[in-house]
Amino acid sequence: MKNPWTLLLMAWLVALAATAGALFIGEVMLRVPCQLCWYQRIFMFPLALILGMACFSEDRRGAVYALSLALGGAAMAGYHTLLVAGLIPKAWLPCSAGVSCADQPLDILNGLQIPWLSLIAFVAISLLLFFFLRKTPQ
Amino acid sequence: MTSKKITVFALLAVVLAAFGLGAYLYQQRVQNSQMDKVTQQQARLVRMHSPVFGPQNAPVTIVEFFDPACETCRAFHPVVKGLLAQYPNEVRVVIRYAPFHQGSDQIVLLLEAAKRQNKYSPVLDAVLAAQPQWADHAQPNLRVAFQAAEQAGLDINKAIEDAQRPELAAALRQDIEDLTALEVTKTPTFFVNGRALPSFGREQLTALVAEEVAKARR
Repeated sequence: MKNPWTLLLMAWLVALAATAGALFIGEVMLRVPCQLCWYQRIFMFPLALILGMACFSEDRRGAVYALSLALGGAAMAGYHTLLVAGLIPKAWLPCSAGVSCADQPLDILNGLQIPWLSLIAFVAISLLLFFFLRKTPQ
Repeated sequence: MTSKKITVFALLAVVLAAFGLGAYLYQQRVQNSQMDKVTQQQARLVRMHSPVFGPQNAPVTIVEFFDPACETCRAFHPVVKGLLAQYPNEVRVVIRYAPFHQGSDQIVLLLEAAKRQNKYSPVLDAVLAAQPQWADHAQPNLRVAFQAAEQAGLDINKAIEDAQRPELAAALRQDIEDLTALEVTKTPTFFVNGRALPSFGREQLTALVAEEVAKARR
């Protein structure tokens, strides 16, 4: 890719789509986000803003700040994915009155689990930002 | 403006438009699915045990799925009463219970016990008036609701005894079975002669009732 800015733009688009998707599931489909979903939202929503501003003003530092959020989100999403996959015993998490984090299927996408989508988005953003930063030396 | 800045704005507009379109299509899908259920299972809208306001043989029936702990149901209470006052001969309101909040089922049984003492309407008014004091969604203080009902003239000891009757619990079970079958997930949910509101709101309800009344008068 000749223009590294395109990488930054793609990272922003992934964050924007993920933010819109999370808001769609929450506000339109009225699914209540579980605890772990909330942590991933906390990492994802600022990415849509920071990367948008970074793209707009072609600011390399935006990518640095965004990368830290993306890696944090990827860690949360990775943990959540392992939990959904059953690789982390559910007994580690106490039961609470809230929404179960252990099963988050999305019926409009054939029961695809939401944390998988989240993990894909965070990893994609992290990789795109990583390559963007490597191609744009300070 | 550079082409990059324009690209950012254009993509933002595309995502916002896609979100809006998706939201519209999804809501249409949900509403169509519910209307199919309602059309196929008309009997689930009104049951023999359901409390009714207004004339039994009114041509326009508003079915309200109602939760006594729901703030919006409280806000709609005067609206529904206003419709009954506006069309005293044409409109009846059938109350169905949707006890989605903690403790709501107890209040439903209290209301049903009040019905046996012919105190349904004043007790409903009193319980809703006192709702901010008792209906904390995490920690409902049902005693406050019971006190409000007593002040409205309910024989509270008899009501507590009546609330244990198995037919009351059976009626509540039936309501929950019906609301599940009709895909009612929010309160209040209104059906006017079996038609759902095009979108939620007080104007939409008033307009739909006016439309059905006009049909009945013709």
